[in-house]
Amino acid sequence: MVSLEVRNGFVIDPMNGVFEVKDVFVKDGRIVESLDKPEMVVDAKGKVVVAGGIDVHAHVAGGKINMGRKMRPEEMRYPRFKSDNLRSGVGRVLLTSPAIGYEYARMGYTTVVEPAMPALYSIHTHEELDSIPIVDKMALPLFGNWHFVFKFVKNDEIEKLSNFIAWVLAKTKGFGVKVVNPCGVEAWMFHGNVYSLNDTDPLFGVSPKEVITGLISAIERLKLPHSLHIHCNLLGIPGNYEVTLETIKLTRRFENSERQVMHVTHVQFNSYAGESWKDMSSGAEFVAKEVNRNNVTVDMGQVILGHATTMTADSPFQYELFKIFKTKWSNLDVELETGSGIVPVYYSPKVRVHSLMWAIGLEIGLLVDVDKVVISTDYPNGGPFYSYPYIATLLMSEKFREEEMKRIANVERYSILPSLSEERTLEDVVKMTRVNPARILGLNDRGHLGENAKADLVIYDLPPEPNPRDYESILKALSNPSLVLKDGKIVVKEGRVVKHTWGETIWVKRDYDEELIGDELEDFFNYYTVQRDNYGVPHVRREVVLC
Amino acid sequence: MKVSCPFCGNVCDDINFDGEVEREKLCPLGESKLTREKKRIPYPMVEGERVSYDEAIERAVEILLNAKRPLLYGWASTVNEAIRLGVILAEKVGGVYDTTSSVCHGPSILATIEEGLPGGTLGQAKNRADVVVFWGCNPAEAHPRHPTRYSVMVKGFLVEGRRLRKTVVVDIRKTATALLSSKFYMIKPNSDFAILTALRSIINGNDSAVPNEVGGLSKSQLREFAELLLSAKYGVIFFGMGATHTRGQDRNVEALIKLVQTLNRHTRYILQPMRGHFNVTGADAVACWEAGYGYAIDFSRGYPRFNPTEFSAVQLLRRRDCDAMLVVGSDPVAHFPFDVVRHMAKIPVIQIDPHYNLTTKVANVVIPSAISGIEAEGTVYRMDGVPVRLKKFRESEFWSDYEILKAMLERVVERKGGDVVW
Repeated sequence: MVSLEVRNGFVIDPMNGVFEVKDVFVKDGRIVESLDKPEMVVDAKGKVVVAGGIDVHAHVAGGKINMGRKMRPEEMRYPRFKSDNLRSGVGRVLLTSPAIGYEYARMGYTTVVEPAMPALYSIHTHEELDSIPIVDKMALPLFGNWHFVFKFVKNDEIEKLSNFIAWVLAKTKGFGVKVVNPCGVEAWMFHGNVYSLNDTDPLFGVSPKEVITGLISAIERLKLPHSLHIHCNLLGIPGNYEVTLETIKLTRRFENSERQVMHVTHVQFNSYAGESWKDMSSGAEFVAKEVNRNNVTVDMGQVILGHATTMTADSPFQYELFKIFKTKWSNLDVELETGSGIVPVYYSPKVRVHSLMWAIGLEIGLLVDVDKVVISTDYPNGGPFYSYPYIATLLMSEKFREEEMKRIANVERYSILPSLSEERTLEDVVKMTRVNPARILGLNDRGHLGENAKADLVIYDLPPEPNPRDYESILKALSNPSLVLKDGKIVVKEGRVVKHTWGETIWVKRDYDEELIGDELEDFFNYYTVQRDNYGVPHVRREVVLC
Repeated sequence: MKVSCPFCGNVCDDINFDGEVEREKLCPLGESKLTREKKRIPYPMVEGERVSYDEAIERAVEILLNAKRPLLYGWASTVNEAIRLGVILAEKVGGVYDTTSSVCHGPSILATIEEGLPGGTLGQAKNRADVVVFWGCNPAEAHPRHPTRYSVMVKGFLVEGRRLRKTVVVDIRKTATALLSSKFYMIKPNSDFAILTALRSIINGNDSAVPNEVGGLSKSQLREFAELLLSAKYGVIFFGMGATHTRGQDRNVEALIKLVQTLNRHTRYILQPMRGHFNVTGADAVACWEAGYGYAIDFSRGYPRFNPTEFSAVQLLRRRDCDAMLVVGSDPVAHFPFDVVRHMAKIPVIQIDPHYNLTTKVANVVIPSAISGIEAEGTVYRMDGVPVRLKKFRESEFWSDYEILKAMLERVVERKGGDVVW
């Protein structure tokens, strides 16, 4: 099918200021102003029409999630899709690649960012991304503990650092710059960690503060579409909100009128007050205030009570988790670049810390300006991505939150969530799942339904201003879109995947001068176990290069 | 140009090629594969008769579609692109996917399921390790360039060569690797679990619980060993079939993992299985993301199920629970128990392989393929999971594994209906 008209739907398109009944026209995979004779007409009367959802942070591909699958067959024993005409797909929270694509499409999401790609494993990450159907994908290489970065930062060589970033993005087909516990992962190679922004890594003697500001300078110099994407130091540790505040304040030196200069990811895990697990409480209020004051955006990192698998490049933290839970633990130290760890968890409503984490995520979602926050679970760390409709409904309905809190231990004693009466509207949710992610990532062809936008379009069986007290129907409608279009093709009907398509892999290209960093490359490649010639990703299934 | 060597789990990617392969950097194994011709399967065959690729593939597809439960086995010696199609083919014909891991590092995977795997890349051994332990493995003969590229003599940025690195070999006989090492512990066969447990007890401060002699090592030797392990700033333990295929099997590996967990309370340690074939790691990894499990996967219900004791190749054949078999890049007839091979002789067998081997003798359909890494390109995973590209540097009239499997999959989906999903 080449052309299509969505007739009489209520279009919510905040980026273009549209909040009215309007027809939408699709031709050759794009939104067009009008059509003479559409080949197909979809009646959306009484329903809302929005753009496809965008996930800014979900670990959907690469060595970590795959190791998670390998070590947790108990996670995989949940059939979701039978082979029939499409692919089979299994999994509880960890899903197989086909199931990831299908489940995203089924909830009306059409773009996803894999936020942690060790450059050495970039071929693997892209092979897995190439096996995820339907959605468009991006991957962020990890820079925060890379010896090259340490060296350039130590010598204050921002020009070389910019060249290096551009070289890496081209080699790994990466989209932006991710930092995980800067300097801490390198310290873990020496059995340590860093505990403040001024601690230094044991090898090069640089601090997280220097790494973060150095990388932001280089990113702004390169004018990358996406800002620094940071997983802060001391993640998951009571009292860490202070480091988060300091990290956010580092952005004050920088200006950018088009987008944020820092995206603090899964900020829930970095908003803990208190001094130990016993007296841990919420620091979300302070973090939200600091975010609202600075040119910074966040995603929630909401915890979904139930099973999850923590997997981050923050290997010292993962080892701490292993010592607490005493369950399985996988670790992967990546030569010169980064590390990672995996530990299964069960977030129990009876455990105070877990229920508090649940509440802190929602506080972030309610207290941060609606233009600065994105819904996420840091899949699969906080829980499944297919719970986004549940999170959206919690944000939209105070009554639903009250109902949920009845089954969750002592939230009121440590969190201000029970006193928050804010309710996000459906339009707010569209901002938090479409508009903000597109702006944060610097993608102007999606997140809205203006002319020439990608025809990634979702129809929900909801009124434009649903009654928050009727949260059950909101949740049901958001979980089961009536129709999902990806690039103008119908991929989901009434909550069922009907077509297998392949999305694009988007990466960012910037000019670089390999000569300028030639000495460093030559030097460090003596210590790699792969040849420089063989480093990087030769091709991906369908690529789109942003120049 | 640099090419990568498609032989063992090292996947050395620094082989010079300039019209022909330079021998300088090749080990004996690599030299035999890259520079010498083994006897090739000359053309596709059905029941020993020469046929075209088209006819052979047609017959193979018929066999797979007519079978109630075909077994698709092997995969360690081909590239990820082909393996991926193999997993999808197994799904579409409702068969069983199994890899050579089930008779090799299967116990390591079972132990990983119990405990996880505290690992790292080979470059960590090269750059940081000041203590390297080889437990029940013999890289000097099985992975010949391992010591010089990654683990013993190699110069890293923190540990500059052999003098600064203590190497320990634990084995039941004095192997070639033991001759390279600074310390050798000869242990009694089948005593790995007991020794590992004793070491953990000593490290945990429960010295008194350890008897005077364990598995051929005296208590003072064990104490000395524990001290040596703890003296590392960064240690690496490599293990092989000596741990996975002696008494205890996966429990031995579990004990190794627990030892590494314990050591990480004091200093840094990682553990790394010495995987054999050049892409046995990829055969597990691809299946994990496509179907959720690494090996022994049954698709007969239309979705993947995992059960190593039920769906692994040897068990399935022994129970006569499969009625056709596709073998890709492997030689089960040479390696499986005799009663199992006898069942293979009774069912239709399809073989895809560049070379003659014992499986060719029982195969009803034989499809010759290009040699991955010489005549066909693709991605493979080194033993530590680091992806390496294999290059094509010689033309060949043979189809690649990928092309053969793609043709098979296209025909299967054409007959059964459905979207193109690969």
